[in-house]
This record gives sequence, C-alpha cells and structure tokens, in this order.
Amino acid sequence: MNIDIEDLTKSFGAQTALHPVSLTIPSGALVALLGPSGSGKTTLLRILGGLEIPSAGRVRFDGQDATGLRVQDRRAGFVFQHYALFRHMTVFENIAYGLRARPRRSRPTKAEIDRRVLRLLDLIQLPDIGPRYPSQLSGGQRQRVALARALAIDPRMLLLDEPFGALDAKVRKDLRQGLREIHDSTGLTTVFVTHDQDEAMELADVVVVMSMGRIEQVGPPVELRSRPASRFVEMFLAR
Amino acid sequence: MSDVVHPVPVTTEPRGVRFLVILLVLSLVAVLLLAPLAAVFSEALADGLPAALQALAQPDARSAIGLTLLVAVITVPLNAAVGIAAAWAIARFDFRGKAFLVTLIDLPFSVSPVVAGLALVLLFGSNSTLGGWLITHDMRIVFALPGIILATLFVTFPFVARELIPVMIEQGRAEEEAALTLGASGWRAFRTVTLPNIRWALLYGVLLCNARAMGEFGAVAVVSGKIRGETTTMPIMVEMLYNEYLATAAFSLAAALALLALVTLALKSLLEWRHADLLAATRRH
Ligand SMILES: Nc1ncnc2c1ncn2[C@@H]1O[C@H](COP(=O)(O)OP(=O)(O)OP(=O)(O)O)[C@@H](O)[C@H]1O
Ligand SMILES: [Mg+2]
Repeated sequence: MNIDIEDLTKSFGAQTALHPVSLTIPSGALVALLGPSGSGKTTLLRILGGLEIPSAGRVRFDGQDATGLRVQDRRAGFVFQHYALFRHMTVFENIAYGLRARPRRSRPTKAEIDRRVLRLLDLIQLPDIGPRYPSQLSGGQRQRVALARALAIDPRMLLLDEPFGALDAKVRKDLRQGLREIHDSTGLTTVFVTHDQDEAMELADVVVVMSMGRIEQVGPPVELRSRPASRFVEMFLAR
Repeated sequence: MSDVVHPVPVTTEPRGVRFLVILLVLSLVAVLLLAPLAAVFSEALADGLPAALQALAQPDARSAIGLTLLVAVITVPLNAAVGIAAAWAIARFDFRGKAFLVTLIDLPFSVSPVVAGLALVLLFGSNSTLGGWLITHDMRIVFALPGIILATLFVTFPFVARELIPVMIEQGRAEEEAALTLGASGWRAFRTVTLPNIRWALLYGVLLCNARAMGEFGAVAVVSGKIRGETTTMPIMVEMLYNEYLATAAFSLAAALALLALVTLALKSLLEWRHADLLAATRRH
C-alpha cells in the first residue's frame, strides 16, 4: 500500500513534535525513519498507525484520505518498542488476538485461527512456544512474537518502533535478516524507526533522516552517503 | 564483591538480631491481632454455641445482618465501578485538575467518619432546604437506608481507586494500544487486556472496600439515627447490645462480623493459591 504524508504537524501543548513534514512511501517499500532521540520518529509512526491524531495535515493510503480513520480500521501491523505483548495470555493467544477480535461475520473459524497461528509460529521459526507466557521468553523471541501478532491481522502495512532496540548485537543481526525476509515474502509496505544508522543503511530501501521534528533528507542509503543534503545528515551519518 | 570467597547471605545481620526481630513481630501480631479476635470468639461462645446461634437468630440481630449485607452489596460494586473509572482517568489521561482529583480521592481517609456523617445530616437532614424538600416529597435520606449507603460510599470510596492507580500507571498504555491496532474496540480492549491486568489489585481493593463497608461505625452511627431493627447495621447493633449488658448477644454478633471478614480474606488467599502460576507468569520479570 502506498502512503502519502502531506504537511503533517503535531504538537503536544507548547511542544512541537512535528513541523510540517511531507513524504511519499511507495507501495512495498522498506523504509527506515532515522534520527536522534526526540526527532519525532515515534510520533510520525504513531500518526500512521492511528494512535496519535495529527494537529494538521493529511495522510493518504493508496490515495484515499485516511487522516481520521479509526485505529481499528487501519489494519496497520504495529510492533511496539517494548513489544507490548499481552502478559496474561499465552503466545498462541497473543497471536490469535486480532483474529478473535474481528466482528463475527468476518471472524475465521476456530480451526482456521489455529492453522494461521501455527503457520505464523513457523514463519518466526518458533514452532513450539505457543503455550508459553511472554515472561518466559527471551527478548529476541518476544520481538518475533510481536511481529507474528502484527502479521496475524493480515495488515496493509507494517509499522515497527525500534524493533531491535533492546537486543544484543548478535540477535539484532539475525532479526534484521528475518525482517528483511518477511518483508520480501509478504511485500508489505514497511516503516521502521531506528536511531542506529547501520541498521537503517543495511536494511532499508529508503532512509528518512529526521531531526527536531523535520525531515532532513529522503533517499536510498547510497545516495545519502554520497550526496548528503545538509550538514546535519553528513554529521549524523559520519558518526 | 570479587573478594567474597564463601557464599554469604546478602543480609549480614547476626542471627540473634534476626531472631529477635522476627520474635518481636510475631508477638506483636499475636497481641494486637490474634488475641482480640480470640477474645471475641471465646466471649461469644461463653454460654455455648447454641446460645450464640440463638442470639444471632433474634429479630434485631437478623435485621442488622441483613442490613449490613445489603449495604455492602450496593456500595461495593458502585465503588468498584467508580474506582476503576477514576483510576483509569488518572492513569491514562492528562487533564487539568488531575492532582486535585488525586487529593480528593484521599479525602475520606483523612476526614473523620463522624464528620462525614454529620456533613450528610447537615446536607440532607430536615433542617436543610434540600432535606426539607426531599421529606415533603416523601424521600428520606437521613435516618434511613439511603443515608447509610451514602455514608458508606463516602468512607469506602478510596479503596479501589487507591489500589488501581499505581498498577495502571506502572502498566502504561502500550498493551491497550496494541489491542486497538489489532482491531479490538475500546470496550473489548478494556475487557480482555486492561481488566485482566488489574484483576488482582481490583480484587484486593474490593475486599478492603467490602471489609470497611461492613465494618463502618462512625459515619453510619451519625446518619442512621440508630433506629432499632430498622437502621442498625451490625457494628451499631453490637454497640447497642454491649451498652445494654447483653454480652452474649453483643459478642455473637461481633464474632459474626469478624467471621465475615475472615471469610473474605480466606477467599482472597484461595484465589491467589489457585491462580499461583498465572500470577507468577503475568508479573513483570
Ligand atoms: N505524549 C507526549 N506528550 C508531550 N510531548 C511528547 C509526547 N510524545 C512525544 N512528545 C515530544 O515530541 C518530541 C518527539 O518525540 P518522539 O517520541 O516522536 O521522538 P523519537 O524520535 O521517537 O525519539 P526516541 O528516539 O527517543 O524514541 C519529543 O520532544 C517529545 O518530548
Ligand atoms: Mg521513539
């Protein structure tokens, strides 16, 4: 799905988190929002997911105005920074949650839900952890379960807030690869937030560099390296 | 601590000190909590169990038990619902006057129950405009069930909210937001995510609220007018019987009241014990 962001602004009281930002995300792209802490990455992602209401501006999904679309109707697979797994439910129930929450007429049968959850557990290569509780998983396993839960609703896009933020270097590398593979096999438009430039450069097709609520530059990793649009981008990538 | 060679307990107090502290706590518990309870029960049973049961079967005692249960059944669910709403608003949203609201919730803890009862009498009694109007329209608040319920609501208001606020703040919004992004309605998210996450704190708050609702004396004493067999709850009936030197009757009713409290505590322990694995699993690591 194609995402158009037009002159989006967001302020929290006196604090301006996003100055007008505009951005087009082509269908099927894997996009990184890269920037230092407080630059507005999470805010932009949450607006796309419908968790935050913009102060002004528009969001379009496939050309259709989606600015006021309810979060439930967006079908955005959202992976939260600390995963936000339901701690009182097993992994299986976590992944099945979105399917069971559907209105009766579009809800899959129990057998179909079982089948889909098991397939997702296979996809994240953790076929046996269905009966466990989130507190019994490692950080990397939790991250993958969160991804499976987001994928279960058959989303139109994937939004991930620092998906690998809390993990050690080795696990990060593996999961990066995993996300790339899932993106390539599903073809989902995917936006992920990171402040790790290596991660952005290695994983994304397009990198959006943000600073202080503004978009500094948008482009493929190579272009950002060879032709930084501003002093900030040059400095940030040189770190 | 690399120079520690032997495995040594983290607490370094000498054994004697630890033993003394434990002994002190245990004897305090025995003297302050267990002894009074035992005294009440032994006094109630001084003339034997049949006498005690017969005392409880008297019309006044029965109506007091009925009234106390009725008041609890009405006030506890009401305060649980309002407590959940208040805790939710405070934990989830930023709004003007939030700090004031938090202070307000604590008010019943700091105001003497007798004052609360008097305030209700002033507000709804026959000498006030509102009270006069209500009485001419045949609605009795003071010296009747509504007054007792209002007084009990006031006194027990903080229990549920107080238990829930820290738990809900600690848990944050993320899980609820996750439920919404997965397509759940706000109500479904509340039912399937918020409520299960707070259920132990809620249960605890409800039990405390219930214990206080059944045991409240001061505020109810003022508001109820102590009309025998009509507005006398168990604690008030106990006091009246005691003042009339009817020891067996007074202590039997007191023991019944204590028993109700013990049953709620036992219920809580039972639930905790039966759900021990889930409790451990859902607790933050
Ligand atoms: N709910 C809120 N209330 C007030 N201010 C907020 C809120 N959410 C974000 N902000 C502010 O908006 C700005 C952008 O925040 P945002 O969370 O989008 O940054 P970020 O780029 O995700 O940072 P990080 O890398 O630290 O997660 C910050 O200055 C932040 O303080
Ligand atoms: Mg962020």
